[in-house]
Amino acid sequence: MSKLLKAAQAGTVESSDILIRLIPGDAGSGIQVELVSPTMQQYGKHINNLITTTLVSLGIDDVQVNATDRGALDCTIKARVITALQRAGE
Amino acid sequence: MEKLRRSMMFVPGNNPGMLLNAGIYGADTIILDCEDAVAITEKDSARNLVFQAISEINYGTEVAVRINHISTPFGWDDLKRILPAKPDLIRLPMCQGPDEIRQIDEFISEAEQKNKFPAGSIKMMAAVETPKGLRLAYEIASASPRMVALAIGAEDFIANLKTTRSKLGRELLAARGQLVLAAREAGIQCIDTVFSDINDEEGFKKELELIKEMGFDGKSVVNPRQVSVVHDFFAPTAKEIDHAQRVLAAYQEALEKKSGVISLNGKMIDLPIVARAERTLAYAKATAGKGGK
Repeated sequence: MSKLLKAAQAGTVESSDILIRLIPGDAGSGIQVELVSPTMQQYGKHINNLITTTLVSLGIDDVQVNATDRGALDCTIKARVITALQRAGE
Repeated sequence: MEKLRRSMMFVPGNNPGMLLNAGIYGADTIILDCEDAVAITEKDSARNLVFQAISEINYGTEVAVRINHISTPFGWDDLKRILPAKPDLIRLPMCQGPDEIRQIDEFISEAEQKNKFPAGSIKMMAAVETPKGLRLAYEIASASPRMVALAIGAEDFIANLKTTRSKLGRELLAARGQLVLAAREAGIQCIDTVFSDINDEEGFKKELELIKEMGFDGKSVVNPRQVSVVHDFFAPTAKEIDHAQRVLAAYQEALEKKSGVISLNGKMIDLPIVARAERTLAYAKATAGKGGK
């Protein structure tokens, strides 16, 4: 998949989860991540990178990401990004 | 000694907090649930999360996935997504016959080949939850060499019987008995249904006593608090271990003396009693340090 057809989201704002919302971006706008997290200072950069690399590995270049983190671990972040992306492509 | 499956603990497949901590309670098997515990709108989300969890978390114990039934729009997608993560075991709910097992077996074989997993390394079990499934229990149990256990799912089964669940469990007596017979004939394990009233510890213990006597190997559990209670029940007591050791000693002595008749404390010991004593000691050894008595 390399293109989002619509906005979509996955995840929740429950503890240990992350809510990911993807909005299709204009061509050339790149991957823009807006993250809210209680662990922003320690892990903000890591979460941001993980979201970006997951999207890049799935062939996405242009997307706006709104992420509300509630202490999610890497496997949860990846799963939620993948699910949101699949839903955006349906 | 075969793999212990005293406790098979369900964990909702779309709940990250529960998934991450599932390994700390000591259950013999963790069942990551993509079926009843997941809302119909979140099936996609659960299978992605379960895939990532199996791929990245070392649970230190057997990890099973309860897929949706293959007749639903979700079952095959669950398998397609999750098999590349190599779960130890696939649990099929609501199994109605051996064809379902054979179809899934074939699908798993292809996934094993594609992902270069050893052939036969992903096991299967099936839950019988309908009268038809129960009638075909032996055929289901023996439909694939991957099959390691049969389970009974009581709530659906009782709804099908048009009765209600009681504390004594008489409504399940015939089904439980038949299921144990089918599993034993096929040479696989037999796992009892969940006990969902987690605050009724006395009722839970009574049910454990019943299923242990009936020959079940373990129980499905829904709450981590139930794990150690199950393990305590399935562990042989000190008295049982002592008796088993004395049976084997008497048997050994009789063999050395070339005696045809073996007795212990005035009671005759024959080969089935020796076999049972051997099983008790093997079980005690296997459960030592794993939450048993």
